[in-house]
Amino acid sequence: MLDQFFFYIFASVILLGGLLTITRRSAVHSAIFLIATLLGIAGLFLHLQAEFLAGVQVILYVGGIMVLFLFVIMLVNLDQAARQRQFNRQWWLALLAAAAVCGEALYGLYRGRGAFTFPGAVPGNMPPNTQAVGNALYQNYMLPFEVASIMLLVAMVGAVVMAKKRL
Amino acid sequence: MPPITLAALKPYIMMVLIVGIGPLGVGYLVLLERKLMADMQARLGPMRVGPQGLLQPIADAVKLLLKEDVIPGMVDKWVFWLAPCVTVTTALAAFAVVPFSSDFVITDVNIGVLAILALSSVGVLGIILGGWAANSHYPLLGSLRATAQMVSYEVVMGFAVVAVLLMAGSLSMVEIVKAQAESHRWFLFGAFPFGLIAFFMYYVAAMAETNRSPFDLPEAESELVAGFMTEYSGFRWALYFLAEYCNIIVVCSLAVTLFLGGWLRPFPSVTWLGWLDYAAPVGSFLLAGGLSLYLVKRQPRAFDQIVLAAVGLALLAVAGLFAWPAFNALFRGVFWFMAKIMVLVYSFMWVRFTFPRYRYDQLMRLGWRVMIPLGIVNVIAIGIVLVLKG
Amino acid sequence: MFNEFFSRQDLLLIKPAVLLALFGCGILLTDLLHERRHKYLNAVTALLGLGFTGVQLALIQRAMSAAGYSEVSGFSGGLVVDGFALYFTWIFLIATAIAILFSVRYLEVENEHHGEYYALMLFSLVGMYFLATAMDLITLFIGLETMALSVYVLAGFLRGDRRSNEAAMKYFLLGAFSSGILAYGFSLLYGLTGSTNLRAVADALVARPSGDPVVYLALITTATGLLFKVAAVPFHQWAPDAYEGAPTSITGFMSTAPKAAAFAFLLRVFLVPLAPLRPAWEGLLVVVCVLTMVVGNLAAISQNNTKRLFAYSSISHVGYMLLGLVAGNETGLKGIAVYLLVYVFMNLGIFTVLVALRRKDIIGDEIEDLSGLFFKNPVSAVFMLIFLLSLAGIPPTAGFLGKYFIFLSLIETRHYVLAVIAVVFVVVALYYYFRLVVMMFMREATDPERLNISPGVAVALAITLAMTLVIGIYPEPFIRLAAGSVLVPFR
Repeated sequence: MLDQFFFYIFASVILLGGLLTITRRSAVHSAIFLIATLLGIAGLFLHLQAEFLAGVQVILYVGGIMVLFLFVIMLVNLDQAARQRQFNRQWWLALLAAAAVCGEALYGLYRGRGAFTFPGAVPGNMPPNTQAVGNALYQNYMLPFEVASIMLLVAMVGAVVMAKKRL
Repeated sequence: MPPITLAALKPYIMMVLIVGIGPLGVGYLVLLERKLMADMQARLGPMRVGPQGLLQPIADAVKLLLKEDVIPGMVDKWVFWLAPCVTVTTALAAFAVVPFSSDFVITDVNIGVLAILALSSVGVLGIILGGWAANSHYPLLGSLRATAQMVSYEVVMGFAVVAVLLMAGSLSMVEIVKAQAESHRWFLFGAFPFGLIAFFMYYVAAMAETNRSPFDLPEAESELVAGFMTEYSGFRWALYFLAEYCNIIVVCSLAVTLFLGGWLRPFPSVTWLGWLDYAAPVGSFLLAGGLSLYLVKRQPRAFDQIVLAAVGLALLAVAGLFAWPAFNALFRGVFWFMAKIMVLVYSFMWVRFTFPRYRYDQLMRLGWRVMIPLGIVNVIAIGIVLVLKG
Repeated sequence: MFNEFFSRQDLLLIKPAVLLALFGCGILLTDLLHERRHKYLNAVTALLGLGFTGVQLALIQRAMSAAGYSEVSGFSGGLVVDGFALYFTWIFLIATAIAILFSVRYLEVENEHHGEYYALMLFSLVGMYFLATAMDLITLFIGLETMALSVYVLAGFLRGDRRSNEAAMKYFLLGAFSSGILAYGFSLLYGLTGSTNLRAVADALVARPSGDPVVYLALITTATGLLFKVAAVPFHQWAPDAYEGAPTSITGFMSTAPKAAAFAFLLRVFLVPLAPLRPAWEGLLVVVCVLTMVVGNLAAISQNNTKRLFAYSSISHVGYMLLGLVAGNETGLKGIAVYLLVYVFMNLGIFTVLVALRRKDIIGDEIEDLSGLFFKNPVSAVFMLIFLLSLAGIPPTAGFLGKYFIFLSLIETRHYVLAVIAVVFVVVALYYYFRLVVMMFMREATDPERLNISPGVAVALAITLAMTLVIGIYPEPFIRLAAGSVLVPFR
């Protein structure tokens, strides 16, 4: 009961935050609502007893990425952009298409609801799973973990190449 | 429904105490800072309100609460309102996982350290948004500086914390202290000398994270008026101020937990030093009480004399309580924890009055070119030491 | 000490990628030592890296055949080196080597000769290697992003050029968007099956009740992402813009190595985890194939920019290759393999000539710039003619071979209508390819400037022409190679 209550709270924070993120005119307001969304996701992780993920989600996304977003928003003068129209004339078409896709997905999920089998929740608290995350990263998922470092190197080199005036 | 007992209610009582007494404590921290500054500059500091200026914080608080709350015309009202709330909420929420002693901890979550780091990183948003919402040049500059500074030094702090986590093998604040008890040494001296390096890095990063001098660029008063807080006044300004000092206490308590053995007394495993558990609290409270009583006759006003005498007697009473074994056993952890925090806070203030402010590029260079590489090397070195020790 | 995490075999299997990454980092460092006029040394280093990787690959291949293994897996099933992976990795290596050969002079002309260019190429190869070998959804996705990120940056490498910036921006936005859709599909697959291992996913999908709509949702999102990456219609819009704006040398690279990698990725996903859903995606793929051939070929007719024209031509070739997957029998899959190999050579050949057209003050990517090429430089005009014939699929050239297997597989599996459509569009393709031929052979030159043939370009031309002709005239060894690469669909 309490579980469901919290789930719906977090889910509505996520959805509402997401909606407001894309509809606000001011980029800073959008960023604030995106932060709310990310915090909601962290809440959902907590709700699933994935506390390490929740902590990392907040530190990385809210404390790192969104702070940098805000930094960029403040550096770039967006006054002009805020006064321009935000959606083009075909927004209603896009909305229709989105609604159609959403409807399809919902229909699919509804029709296929029988096919979902969830393992029953373990009663009580799960053991701390920080170590489990570490083990997964260094055993089964060691390779993608390492390849990701190459990817980040590429992103870094790429950012320097694209942004630096004189290489 | 579990029965309502004192043990079950303890966390809630502690919450109320922290939120209720916290602001008062912060007020006295400010008084301490002013007094210290005065002392180092051969002045007396606040002396008018109450005996030796002891009631100054209360006067300040009343002034701030009664002041007109000015909201400038062109600000983004909603964000302007939100920003200080975010900062103060996260600062106070961080106390939820601080273990004042093994008995006095609101909740011991198994990601305690992460929780504090996460909350402090959310708190940064309040500073950034506050500076932006003010729609004014100095606050914006202040927030820009704050952003870059916080993001950079959060990484440094992360590496310093990871160094301890490697030694402790847990993210829970209580477990980390227990690990220090088991290994018979504070992690400050763990994997010698790399623990010391980690502590030094943490200390510097903490100063930068809390915008303390010499890293107080976001609110550098000689350059940016008051940085991100320039347009704030009255109660909202008080919230920022409260959050700032709360954050100082939080980073200090994290430092105490991670490096200085939390609620453990110095040399926790040397049994013949057990008398310290009595001598230190009783002695220090006796000293403070005696000093207060000694100063009574120097007070010019009768009211001040009464207040100071009461304070002195109260301190003596606390000293007496600490001599009582049952009370001592319960509260000596809290005493040690607080004493260590006070030492750290004192050193923070000392640094503030001693060092000139860094220039912005120097700050960044220190962060990215010195501290972060040092942090990486340090973590690797500690890993190697731990593996070699087995 | 780390045996439980990592074995010698694992190290052996990722050694090619490790070598490439090391050489990439090495180029980033040694670039600082080279003077401006010695920047070509970076290209030499990169080629050296490719050489070492090739040797390593050959060693793995020899060890496998000596031990009689047809596939070796590592990282607890997260990585598989089999005939398919090896074949595709060879294609990536060759394509990248040729692209590096013709890049040197081009970058000098553009005055953007930096080591990062070659380093990013090698890093993208790392990503491609994992696209060909990974058996894990996460590794595949990260490999894809590694490749894609490098190529986004390469597409915008001419930082002073607005078109290049635009290309990088469009490519990046649409690429990131499609990656998002793909990630959504992967997450659904993981959610449905509880595993990220491709074979385990396939097993779990077989076990699910048929006609489950959620499975279709996962299939459609995954397929959309994959088709985006190979630029099949209706997900092709990014290709012409990205191809036109990117530096010509990178357009050549983009249209071969990353395309082959995307194909390896697509084949692996369609033939292993999604194989149980074949009835569901076959119809989808038929529609995509037909649309791709129609739109690619018809849109190519009206192009006046050579790079744009070849973008559409490459889209239409994707249509042909996907037909092999529609047929889905051994001939079809072999056909895709042969087609890709051949396509790499003929397309890189074309782009070698286009790169040589970039001279001081002449961008050289309009069709007019080709005019009178025969009178200025008869050799390259004839070479170009041969490559064009091959692209169109005229018999003595290699291009015919690829189309031959595809059509054969269609007929074997009784897809007669598809075969007829494909043949019709071969004729349409002939039309626009011959527009270029007419330009080269029957028009006066518009500018007197001579072609910019550097040693690298000459070598690249020689290799591509030789291979285009050799595969066309003596195809047996290549067919045998391709047959060894056929991925057995999961059953």
